[in-house]
Amino acid sequence: MAYQFDFAPVFENADLLLQGAAATLGLTAAGAVPGIALGIAGAICRAWRIQPFAALFGVYVEAIRNTPFLVQLFFIFFGLPSLGVKLSGWEASILAMVINLGAYSTEIVRAGIEATPRGQLEAAASLALSRAQTFLYVVLRPALARVWPALVSQVIIVMLGSAVCSQIAAEELTFAANFIQSRNFRAFETFFVATAAYFVLALLVRQALMRFGQRVVVGRPR
Amino acid sequence: MFVQFTTWDIVRNLLEAGRWTLALSLLAFMLGGAVGLLVLFLRISHNRVAQAFTKGYIEIFQGTPLLMQLFIVFFGLPLLGIDVSPWLAAALGLTLFTSAYLAEIWRGCVEAVPRGQWEASASLALSFPQQMRHVVLPQALRVAIAPTVGFSVQVVKGTAVTSIIGFAELTKTGSMLANATFQPFLVFGLVAAGYFALCYPLSLYAKRLERRFHVAR
Amino acid sequence: MSLVNIAGLHKHFGTNHVLKGIDLAVEEGDVIALIGRSGSGKSTLLRTINGLESIDKGELVVDGTAVHDGKGDLRALRQKVGMVFQQFNLFPHLTAGQNVMLAPTVVKKTAKREAEDIAKEVLLKVGLSDKFDSYPDQLSGGQQQRVAIARALAMRPKVLLCDEITSALDPELVNEVLAVVQQLAAEGMTLIMVTHEMRFARDVGNKLIFIHHGRIHESGDPKTILTNPETPELANFTRAVM
Ligand SMILES: Nc1ncnc2c1ncn2[C@@H]1O[C@H](COP(=O)(O)OP(=O)(O)O)[C@@H](O)[C@H]1O
Ligand SMILES: [Mg+2]
Repeated sequence: MAYQFDFAPVFENADLLLQGAAATLGLTAAGAVPGIALGIAGAICRAWRIQPFAALFGVYVEAIRNTPFLVQLFFIFFGLPSLGVKLSGWEASILAMVINLGAYSTEIVRAGIEATPRGQLEAAASLALSRAQTFLYVVLRPALARVWPALVSQVIIVMLGSAVCSQIAAEELTFAANFIQSRNFRAFETFFVATAAYFVLALLVRQALMRFGQRVVVGRPR
Repeated sequence: MFVQFTTWDIVRNLLEAGRWTLALSLLAFMLGGAVGLLVLFLRISHNRVAQAFTKGYIEIFQGTPLLMQLFIVFFGLPLLGIDVSPWLAAALGLTLFTSAYLAEIWRGCVEAVPRGQWEASASLALSFPQQMRHVVLPQALRVAIAPTVGFSVQVVKGTAVTSIIGFAELTKTGSMLANATFQPFLVFGLVAAGYFALCYPLSLYAKRLERRFHVAR
Repeated sequence: MSLVNIAGLHKHFGTNHVLKGIDLAVEEGDVIALIGRSGSGKSTLLRTINGLESIDKGELVVDGTAVHDGKGDLRALRQKVGMVFQQFNLFPHLTAGQNVMLAPTVVKKTAKREAEDIAKEVLLKVGLSDKFDSYPDQLSGGQQQRVAIARALAMRPKVLLCDEITSALDPELVNEVLAVVQQLAAEGMTLIMVTHEMRFARDVGNKLIFIHHGRIHESGDPKTILTNPETPELANFTRAVM
């Protein structure tokens, strides 16, 4: 007996999936903005070797990049309460995403800063700009513009990775799909649709962020 | 019923579970590498259909969550009448995931071989497989080693997600121990340390390879 | 007191002794051409004058601001010394106008309106008043280099350093840049330039300095020493490049 695919029970719950998708987007935004900001701060400390922050960021970057996001999430959600830090599923998810993205973007932005041509620094110096002024007006924007595609990719990776936040009851897209399939017993169809939804989200977010980058980071309408 | 767990009990259980993490990582990396090589050949072949198919394959795996890929395998295969254990679903899902990423990484390496190398070998009347085998791949291989080792870290970390479909590797065992011992801080700290012990040497090695490559050039 | 005073200046890169005791006095309105073989230390000398290279030993004074044995206020020095580079080094994310306005607003805290007037004035001077809103990659090499000159001029430097500023240009673009420099010289700007354009050095410069192995090997009036070099090294050099 061949299996009969039936997607109707999934689309009956389209509203739940849409809410979940919106929540995933919200989670991504809440993780991405502070995460990239943290990355810029880390990159400055690393690139300029501002001690002890450079060393601390170095340890942080390696610790995060060499452990799974899911374990970071569990550590924050289940582990931190024993230190008296009790977070909701949302809070723990956002915190984990910020910390995760912060580590990766530290390295990405640092690469962008370190790729600054010498001539740019010399030109700024010859105009009597201070180190801070040089960074702010000459180095930062082109550095971000250089690595913007890599940052966007990392944000997408973090967004896709946030599917596991369903495990600590953050009611995002995967959580919604899980909820639906537990009632309609159409697990394959439900997760298939959810997967497609992630795929579309990833495309849209990439497009939007690339356009934002062209406008705001590169800063020239082309 | 209470079972008293000593810290050593926790560590011993985690170490035992860690063997599954290691086994799954190795399997997914090797099988994924083999499948990835096939995907790579199709991706850079002159056949339009093969190109389009593999492009889509890579984009789908890179554009969706690993967890969803595992769910699709885990819930999809039984529909084809194939009985899947969490172990099989984890191995298959992670293999496909790895193959897509490695194929894309390697494509970048093949494309880093200058056009002139293709043209020169073509002008010597080498066929496409001969060009690949004797001229392009040997050069691409040098470029590919560092990012390939680097990606192995992603594979090891990816195995953690298989805990969600019930594969009893390091993270899953950690969750169970955390529940049983009421010591989540210690247990997840140890779990993280376990992954770090597996991944950090690979990261360091990848970085060293990359540096050596840049110096060599 | 001269505008620029260099005495007993030494510079090493590791064990490489690049400048071996340079003495040089530059008066206001001087147009000095530095020539010499590649690697003789011309760029290094130029770059020490605005602190891009540190000094190991010796004294450098520009309009009263001093660097002695490597110690001194470099930013104060740099406000008096403008520099134009071989590779232009315009800031790619800023328009021509913004490139010019950056240092006046940020370093000198000039009001934006005033800085804009300055930018318009200096861009007009280099013949690019219509390129205020163009980005560097929308300009030709010659235009970019003229913006770079304008950018340096906007700080009202006492002396302008030019390091082979036409070497990266296509031949047909060289003259538009040299014309700007010539005009600056005619207006009394103090210039120190490293150049391979011998005819330009001879026609526009009032002093020619031949650097050889990190020393000033021969110097004097350009026309005189180019026609009748005293040392065989300069004779060889001129024969090779002219
Ligand atoms: N940043 C540096 N580090 C080490 N050596 C340098 C550096 N810059 C220049 N040198 C060396 O100093 C010498 C003089 O260089 P330079 O002043 O650029 O010569 P020129 O401009 O006359 O061609 C050369 O031997 C060069 O290799
Ligand atoms: Mg030079």
